[in-house]
Order: sequence, then structure tokens, then C-alpha cells
Amino acid sequence: MHIEIDEISKQFGTTAALSPVSLAIPSGALVALLGPSGSGKTTLLRILGGLEFPTAGRVLFDGADATNLTVQERRAGFVFQSYALFRHMTVFDNIAYGLRARPRSERPASAEIARRVTKLLDLIQLPDIGARYPSQLSGGQRQRVALARALAIEPRMLLLDEPFGALDAKVRKELRQGLRDIHDTTGLTTVFVTHDQDEAMELADLVVVMSMGKIEQVGKPADIRAKPATPFVREFIGA
Amino acid sequence: MSKFISPRTERPILRWTLIAITFAFMAVMLFAPLIIVFFEALRNGAVAAVESLGNPEAAAAIKLTLIVAACAVPLNAVFGVAAAWFITKFDFRGKAFLITLIDLPFSISPVVAGLCIVLTFGSATMVGGWLTDNGYPIVFALPGIILASMFVTFPFVARELIPVMIEQGRAEEEAALTLGASGWRVFFTVTLPNIRWALLYGVLLCNARAMGEFGAVAIVSGKIRGQTATMPITIEMLYQEYLSIAAFSLAAVLALLALVTLLLKTALELRFADQLAATHRA
Repeated sequence: MHIEIDEISKQFGTTAALSPVSLAIPSGALVALLGPSGSGKTTLLRILGGLEFPTAGRVLFDGADATNLTVQERRAGFVFQSYALFRHMTVFDNIAYGLRARPRSERPASAEIARRVTKLLDLIQLPDIGARYPSQLSGGQRQRVALARALAIEPRMLLLDEPFGALDAKVRKELRQGLRDIHDTTGLTTVFVTHDQDEAMELADLVVVMSMGKIEQVGKPADIRAKPATPFVREFIGA
Repeated sequence: MSKFISPRTERPILRWTLIAITFAFMAVMLFAPLIIVFFEALRNGAVAAVESLGNPEAAAAIKLTLIVAACAVPLNAVFGVAAAWFITKFDFRGKAFLITLIDLPFSISPVVAGLCIVLTFGSATMVGGWLTDNGYPIVFALPGIILASMFVTFPFVARELIPVMIEQGRAEEEAALTLGASGWRVFFTVTLPNIRWALLYGVLLCNARAMGEFGAVAIVSGKIRGQTATMPITIEMLYQEYLSIAAFSLAAVLALLALVTLLLKTALELRFADQLAATHRA
């Protein structure tokens, strides 16, 4: 799905989290929002997901105005920073949650739900953990379960907030490839937030560098490395 | 066992002194009075104690107290959850003020609270007068007693829930929303299961206090024997009349009700121990 952000701004009280920003995300792209904390990248992601609403500006999905769509209507697969798995449910129930939450007329039968959950567990290469609780999983496993849960709703896009932030360096590297693979398999437009420039440069097709609520530069990793548009970008990517 | 003591631990004598002080304090302040209540109730034998409970006044008091608790506790559970949810999941102006307001019943004397209810809903006021004229008196009747009990016990549920809900944050609810769940569904499938233990504990405390409330109820009930006298009030009246067997027997029943709620909580905790462990290890 093609996403267009048109002059979006966001105020929290008197502080501006986002000065008007505009950005076009081509369908099927894997995009990184890169910036230090406080740069507005998470706010932008949450606005796309419908968890925050912009003070001004529009969001367009495939050309249609989606600014006032509720979080449920957006059908965005969202992976939270600390994964936000439902701690009182098994992994199976976590992944099945979105399907069971559908209105009765659209809800798959329980056998179909089971089939889809099993398929997703295979996709994240953890076929045997359905009966476990989140507290019994490692950090990397939790992240993958969160990804499977987000994919279960057949989302129109995938939004990830610091998906590797809580993991150690080795697991991080493995899961980067995991996310790339899942993106390539599903073909979903994917936006992830990170403060780690290596991660952004290695994983993303398109990197959006942000600072102080503004977009500093948008480009392919190689282009950003070769031609940083502003002193901030040059310094931040350490070029 | 000395190998389990780390080098920084206090000397054994200090430790044992502290433990002894704690137990001595609990014995004097908690166990002894409780035992004496039962002892006094049974002074003339179990038959006399049970007979004293058989009189219509005592029976009416027990029934009234149970009715009051059965009304006040569920209502306060609902209000407490609503207040805690509102406070922890939304940002708004005046939040600190609202939290202070919730604590108000803790800081106001129950007697003052009772007087406030009499002044607000008494038959001399517009609302109270109209209701009394139409056959629904508030003060010196059941509704007033329930109101007074609710006022006094309001903070218990909210106070238990707020820290738990703050600690848990909003992420799980937000995740459920992005998965397409409606607000109600999020509440029943995510919020409520996550707070159920705190809620249970709050409800038990609320229940114990609702059954035991004296001051506020004493003012609004008018202490009409056999009609608006709850257990604590009946106990006090019996005691004033030197009917100590009856007073202590009723007191023992009240204490037993409190002990039953505590046992219930312990039993539930044992029954769901594995679930508790699973959800708290994270």
C-alpha cells in the first residue's frame, strides 16, 4: 500500500513533536525512520497507525484520505517497542487475538484460526511455542511472536517501533534478516523506527532521517551515506 | 544456615530481635484481641453464644450488613475500576486533583461524611424531602447506609488498581486496538485480566471495611433497632447495655466474616498460583 504523509504536524501541549512533515512511501517499500530520541519518529509512526492523531495535515493510504480512520479501521500491523504481548495469554491466543476480535460475520471458524496461527508460527520459525506464555520466551522469541500477531490480521502495512531495541547484539543481527525475509515474503509496505543508523542503513530500502520534529533527508542508504544533505545528517550517520 | 547469610547481613542477634519485636507486636495488637473476642463470646458456652445471635435484632443486623455490603461493594468495584482506568489510561487536566479527591474519604472523618449525607439527603432538603414524600427516604433508611458505606470505602478499589495500571502502561491495550478490538473488548480481554488480582484484593478490603463501618453509618442510620442498625452498631448498643455475650458473639461473627474473605483470597491465590507466576515473571 502506498502511504502519503501530507504536511502532518503534531503538538503536545505547547511543544511541537512534529513540524509539518511530508513524505511519500512507495508501495511495498521497507522504510526506516531514523533519528535520535525526541526527533518525532515514533510520533510519526503512531500517527500512521492511528494511535495518535495529527494536529494538522493529512495521511493518505493508496490515495484515499485516511486521516480520520480509527486505529481499528487502519488495519496496520503494529509491533511495539517492548512488544506488548498479552501477558495472560498463551502465544497461540496472542496471535489469534486479532482474528477473534473480528465481527462475527467476518470471523474465521476456530479451525481456520488454528490453521492460520500454525502457519504464522512456522513463518517466524517457532512452530512449537504456541502453548507457552510470553514470560517464558526469550527477547528474540517475543519479538517474533509480536510480529506474527501483527501479521495475523492480514494488515495493509507493517509498523514497527524500535523492533530490535530490547535485544542483544547477536540476536539483533539474526532478527534483522528475519524482518527482511518476512517483508520480502509478504510484500507489505513496512515502516520501522530506529535510532541505530547501522540498522537503518543495512535493512531499509529507504531511510528517512529525522531530527527535532523535522525530516532532514530522505533517500536510499547509499545516497545518504554519499551525500548527506545537512550537517546534522553528516554527523548522525558518522559519515 | 549461616552459609546463606551474606557478609553484609546484620548480626544474628539484631535479626532475631527484630523478628521477635515483629511477632510480639502482632501478638499484642492483632492476635490477642481477636482471640479475646471469641473467648468472651464463648464465656458462657457455645449454646449461650448461638442463642444470643438468635434474637431478632442480631439476625436483622447480620442481614442488613450483608445487604449493605452486597450493594456497596459491587458498585464501588465498578466505580473504582472506572476511575482507575480513566486516571491511568488518559491524560487530562486536573488529574492530580482527581487523585486527591479519590483519597478524600481516607482523610475525612467518617462521622463528618455521615453528617454530609444527612445534610444533603435529609428530609429537610429538597431532594431528600421529595424522595421521602414519595416513600423513598434516604436518611435513616437503607439507601443512606449504603451511600455512607460507599463513601467510606470508595478509595479501596481505585487505590489498589492505580499503581498496578500505571506500572502496566497502555501498550497492551494499544496493541489490542491495532489488532482491531473495540474499546469494550480491549477492556474485558486485556485490561480486566491484567488487573484481576489487584481488583480482587481491593474488593476484599472494600468488603471488610463496608461490613465494619461504624461512624458514618451511625449518623445516617439513626440506629433504629432491628431496622437500620448494622452489625457494628448493634454490637455497640448491646455492649452499652452490658449484654456482653450477645455483643461479643456478634463481634465474633463480624470477625469471622472478615477472616472468611481473607481465606477466600488465599485459596484463590493458591488455586491460580501457576497463572500468577506466569504473569508476574515477565
